[in-house]
Amino acid sequence: MKILTQWLRSFLPELPVSDTQIAEDLTLRGIAVEGIYDLGPGNGSLYEMDITTNRVDAMNHYGIAREAAAIYGLELKPLDFALPNPRVATSPFSVKIEAADACGRFTARVLRDVAIAESRDWFPGAVVSTYFALLDQKKISNAVDATNFAWLAMGQPTHVFDLDKIDGGIIVRRAKKGERLKTLDGVERVLDPDDLVVADHKKALGLAGVMGGWDTMITPSTKNVLVEAAWFDPMAVRRTARRHGLHTDASHRFERGADFNAAPVASVLVSAILLASGGHIEGDLVDARIAAVEARTAHRPPIELKLSEVQRILGATEDGEGITASTVEGVLTALGCKLASQQVSESASRQPAVGQTTGQAFWGVTLPSWRLDLEREIDLIEEIARVFGYNRFANTLPAFGEGVRALPFAEKDAAVRGTLLACGLHQAIASTFCSAAEAELTAPQPGQVVALGNPLSEEAGVLRPSLIPGMLAMIAGNLHRDVSDVRLFEIGTVFSGAAANGTVEKVDERPALALGAAGLAPEDGPLHAPRALEFFDMKGIVEQVLERFEMRAMYFDRFPLEAGLTPAWLHPYRAARVAAEGVTVGWFGELHPREASSRKFKEPVLLGELYLDRLFKLPLRRPAAREISRFQLVRRDFSLVLDQSIAWEAIDRAMASLQASPLPELIDWRVRELFHDPRLARGQYALLLGATFQAPDRTLREEELKEFHSRVIEAVNKAGARLRE
Amino acid sequence: MHRSAEAMVAQDEQPRHAGEAIVAQEEQLRRAAEAFRVEWLGRKQGRLNEVSSRWLKAAPPEAKKLVGQRFNEFKAKLEDLVDAALDTHLDPSDAALRAQSIDITLPGTRRLIGAEHPITRTMNEIVQVFAALGYSVGVGPEVETDFYNFESMNFPPGHPARDTQDTLIIAGQERKPLRDRLLLRTHTSPVQMRTMELEPPPVRIVIPGKVHRNDAADATHSPIFHQVEGLCVDTHITFSDLKGTLDHAMKALFGSSVKTRFFPSFFPFTEPSADVQITCIFCGGKGCRKCKQSGWIELLGCGMVDPAVFAFAQEKQPAYDPKKISGFAFGMGVERIAMMKYGISEIGQFYSGDMRFLGQFA
Repeated sequence: MKILTQWLRSFLPELPVSDTQIAEDLTLRGIAVEGIYDLGPGNGSLYEMDITTNRVDAMNHYGIAREAAAIYGLELKPLDFALPNPRVATSPFSVKIEAADACGRFTARVLRDVAIAESRDWFPGAVVSTYFALLDQKKISNAVDATNFAWLAMGQPTHVFDLDKIDGGIIVRRAKKGERLKTLDGVERVLDPDDLVVADHKKALGLAGVMGGWDTMITPSTKNVLVEAAWFDPMAVRRTARRHGLHTDASHRFERGADFNAAPVASVLVSAILLASGGHIEGDLVDARIAAVEARTAHRPPIELKLSEVQRILGATEDGEGITASTVEGVLTALGCKLASQQVSESASRQPAVGQTTGQAFWGVTLPSWRLDLEREIDLIEEIARVFGYNRFANTLPAFGEGVRALPFAEKDAAVRGTLLACGLHQAIASTFCSAAEAELTAPQPGQVVALGNPLSEEAGVLRPSLIPGMLAMIAGNLHRDVSDVRLFEIGTVFSGAAANGTVEKVDERPALALGAAGLAPEDGPLHAPRALEFFDMKGIVEQVLERFEMRAMYFDRFPLEAGLTPAWLHPYRAARVAAEGVTVGWFGELHPREASSRKFKEPVLLGELYLDRLFKLPLRRPAAREISRFQLVRRDFSLVLDQSIAWEAIDRAMASLQASPLPELIDWRVRELFHDPRLARGQYALLLGATFQAPDRTLREEELKEFHSRVIEAVNKAGARLRE
Repeated sequence: MHRSAEAMVAQDEQPRHAGEAIVAQEEQLRRAAEAFRVEWLGRKQGRLNEVSSRWLKAAPPEAKKLVGQRFNEFKAKLEDLVDAALDTHLDPSDAALRAQSIDITLPGTRRLIGAEHPITRTMNEIVQVFAALGYSVGVGPEVETDFYNFESMNFPPGHPARDTQDTLIIAGQERKPLRDRLLLRTHTSPVQMRTMELEPPPVRIVIPGKVHRNDAADATHSPIFHQVEGLCVDTHITFSDLKGTLDHAMKALFGSSVKTRFFPSFFPFTEPSADVQITCIFCGGKGCRKCKQSGWIELLGCGMVDPAVFAFAQEKQPAYDPKKISGFAFGMGVERIAMMKYGISEIGQFYSGDMRFLGQFA
């Protein structure tokens, strides 16, 4: 919104401060001046302003002048314009408000024999041409410009009709079903029975409070004019404007509440400007009013305001005095309120305030008609704080009472995050949305994808059921920008919801973890050859994450293709399900080659997703120390030959059960090397198994070790391996 | 690790430099001296020990003192000589060591660690500041009902303030009553109501979270962003407490020299409402390009909890009587703060997963 300081000053001739100072003082009181532009000698400045939606009364020159008057304690010039006496009308112009719930006031003034001309600076208070030029406001004709001028001056929408095109009189009513209206923007509209219209006795003339009609607009040949200034209900205007996709100055104001008392004032201003180029008034102002609306806008009952409440909410001021009674009275009076001191109010008689001696602590506050945003005691308290100046309050700290609680999963979340960071993965945050196709590919629960009603785009049409689409997009973003080493994780929310009869009742939100990697292992140095990441790197990361939790059983398995269990985004033979305590907590592996090629990935991509809601059900592992043996430890290697069908898991299990009973001295075992030796029979492979023995209480003797050795061989034999000769 | 350690041992067995031959030779001499020491001066089976125990003890009493003295002198001399010989050969010579020199200016081998996302990092920093002031942490769902996101936050149905929050809605909600319709929360404020419904005052809570709006993306706007919300409710909580709390928090986040100033603003769920500015962290308040020459940067919104909000809380927790308690709430955009702190110019970078961008925060 643009404001001319010279226009402001015309309402406050004694304003003693500079344009810059006014701007700062207004801004600090919530009437924000975003930019000040010097308009050259004698023209003052132009303010670019941003007024919050609740202060619609201040979105015009007079409203801002009123704020300045309150800040500086000045007298504001009233909006008085002289009109010539009307000629007597043969019969008064007829105005009827049928939609009494939606139109509170409708004023109409008939002007005859006017001359439609170019706008000029007509008289003091109607400097149309100059102000419009400075504001870059297009001049149209004296009639249209008069309504725009009144709008800019006082924020009251008005409308001018070509009187000769009106049949009978004005009726403010709801539209008839299928009724048509061509509005000023040239659009032919079919009206809804809920639309509020200004009509004559035959047809709709305009969308009330939104936009006038084409057929009754002012033309160069217009001779007689009807000036409308009205008060329309916020909700009625809002619904009509929304339905027709219109957002006009008028609808903006009416939707936020116009000043009930401003209509006749604006009507005078518009009429005075039009009459400056000729013509006369016919008859008195027709002023149709709905008493109920007037009562709840212009004549609201006083609000009770207590000084103790003001102080309870606002607290200490920098000067140490707090908010005083005289501050309250000064501020509210300047804003147009009327304060009546009351010794005893209704609530006070029930609960007498302690130390109440003068009666000054209670006021009955009558509210100005232009401040419909003021309704409650707290609204007045805000006005007091605002005009007093927020920065004149002290900085105090409230007393500290309660213990501090962290989120239930905060520690687990931090443990997972810390592990992943240490594994060399960067934390990422991806879009919450994905396409329906991606959702179908990755959703753990098909048919429970939640769609948006007003999506940003088709690619972002649904809430992600999995973090995999986002992870794939981020991997693609890197690879396609020639960043070939990708190591990312995301911890975020995934969504699902079942629809019944097309209605989604409830959306479930679960935390999930996605892993994504491609390229080289996280080591950087010139002395060692870089190594490409592989399945087992991802597995190691998953194991390290899981090991942060207390669990007796963690295992990895995979399923035959026909089981249909492996997620479609994974390579069916290079993927693993992760189970903790028998519950599936996630999947990981290589991206399915089909998905890789459709995304034009040339390099293998590793992916994983863990269901943190399930993992977080487990407690975090509490480290416990174990006595470290002082006695010598002995390492032995076993060169084994196995059939391809026998997985390491079989050997691992055999060693574990050997350790569990009866060989606690077996403290560690691991794969030391794998060979696919051509000298072996087809379908066989060799494995070097390393075992470590140590006793807590003695040095192991040679004969014991010999026995351990044969125990190991016996165990691996049972698992299907034989010692290689 | 295992494998590479073995590889290193293997390399040591085959000296690569001439210097290592010298070292090996010196080591041999050292070992010879050590062997001599064990043979002659060993505590248990050293020959001098044998001399002492067999001969000295057998010496006649009158000669014992003199022989003993001579023997000890001899032993001390021998020990000195052996020590000297060991010392000489204990340290390899400079020439030998020099031959082993490496180029220490080559870059180090790094185990790369991951970087925490700057949004998480900033969010945690903010949460920590308030935790130190006695605030617990709360969270709420990202998909909310109209009631929690709007109605209970004093945005009545049809209120124009709803227009300022371009809301993404869940499909298939038309048949439900308005207050039950699902949407993506446009702010973290609904968690205020969820918290108050669950626990009576006093409440001090800080709420980090992801929010969404139907906003076209540009350099500073994104349909996805993060907020940290705060709520403090108790008896005798005042506007000056709000000011003091946020002034303290801004100093803790941006440095003790930062000043704050408060402007009237409008939020449906607070009254009085304020916007908070801090002195520009780039120019210290002198005025620069970043603060548009104003010296100030707008950072957060806040205000005293509106009695209408307490009235909604009272439906489940009667103790939220606006005549007896009061409170303040505040909310800040995490992206904006992170962009300022780390000099990030494009908000979209936060959600790109670009390794080059994220790697800077390791």
